[in-house]
Amino acid sequence: MSNLKVLINGIVNENPTFVLLLGMCPTLGTTSSAENGMGMGLATMFVLICSNVVISAIKNLVPDMVRIPIFVVVIASFVTILDMLMQAYVPDLYKTLGLFIPLIVVNCILLGRAEAFACKNSPVASFFDGLGIGLGFTIALTLLGAVRELLGTGKVFGLEIYPEQYGMLTFVLAPGAFIALGFLIAIVNRLRKA
Amino acid sequence: MKKLESSLKNMLLSLTGFAVVAGVLLGLVNGVTADPIAQAKAAALGNAIAVVVPGFDNNPAEASDTVEVNGASYIIYKATKGGQPVGVAVQSSANGFGGALTVLVGFDNEGNIIDYSLLGHTETPGLGSKADVWFKKGGKGDIIGKNPGEKPLTVSKDGGDIDAITASTITSRAFLLAVNNAYAAYKGQQVDGASGASQQASPAEAPAAAEENENVGKE
Repeated sequence: MSNLKVLINGIVNENPTFVLLLGMCPTLGTTSSAENGMGMGLATMFVLICSNVVISAIKNLVPDMVRIPIFVVVIASFVTILDMLMQAYVPDLYKTLGLFIPLIVVNCILLGRAEAFACKNSPVASFFDGLGIGLGFTIALTLLGAVRELLGTGKVFGLEIYPEQYGMLTFVLAPGAFIALGFLIAIVNRLRKA
Repeated sequence: MKKLESSLKNMLLSLTGFAVVAGVLLGLVNGVTADPIAQAKAAALGNAIAVVVPGFDNNPAEASDTVEVNGASYIIYKATKGGQPVGVAVQSSANGFGGALTVLVGFDNEGNIIDYSLLGHTETPGLGSKADVWFKKGGKGDIIGKNPGEKPLTVSKDGGDIDAITASTITSRAFLLAVNNAYAAYKGQQVDGASGASQQASPAEAPAAAEENENVGKE
């Protein structure tokens, strides 16, 4: 499989949100606006690429029976590093996303890709897998965030499309996340099969 | 290189090794980022004070007092211009919907609210998180210029005249409680200052302030 194929595979055929249905907790919890969704997606992508490359590089040093604890140590280290770097150098972004950053540790996409891809492939291929899955996740979260923000508050990325009082608040709340996600999955799968 | 076998020795060495490397790495990053994080926090506090009590020429972040009222502590930053007090910024917090909601409220010398700034919160994004602009001038629940001493701030659902954030009454209540408490802490100290006693709230005055705080909470 060429690197480009790995990349496309992550975005389309194995899109973590719309096809694999992994990482539902951050997907539903953080997508109350397009901006939040995109921030969460990009932060996850950073950790995913780093952990994929490192896990792939150390795969021969890791005995099979303790691979899960070691993968978790690697992932948690990168999340903590990201957390500290964001706090230090982009405090404004950290203020909006700070709550969600530690949640990346428990995102099963990371462990899933470490198990399914990184521990069997080369670091370069793992990098492209991380990039592809990360982009797929970011696109899905941004899309879901934009739909919820538009229906709930009449805005997309803070730009007003129609007056806020006509918005359906449900879509900003948790039930709206389930409804919007369900319809998006249906639409994406219909398009993918066509 | 061949993959390591899952013998006890290999597992112990591998797991310990990776944990040590990860620990050292985190220590290094922490060492590098500790200073910028402290600076960013100080800058954020300085900016917040400048927003809530404009027009001072001292450094309020250094002229601060911690006041204990009813078991909770409040930090009061005093802003002066040419030695004359122009107002205070009070840091106060209350329990919101998702955890502690910390707010910095600026009062002028009469106790009117000049402005406020949310320092930290864990409210629901898109709902309670709107508190950062909702209660500002032009917002739907405008509290700017109001004086909690004349009438404690309460949401309209509880008989007050402040519009709560849509679908976030708990956050709104917590926010207004934090503002009322900030006022109580400020006033407790102002009385203290006028009597010419020490700047710190003395133990004798603390019960009075606590009582006042309790009344605010009940109304």
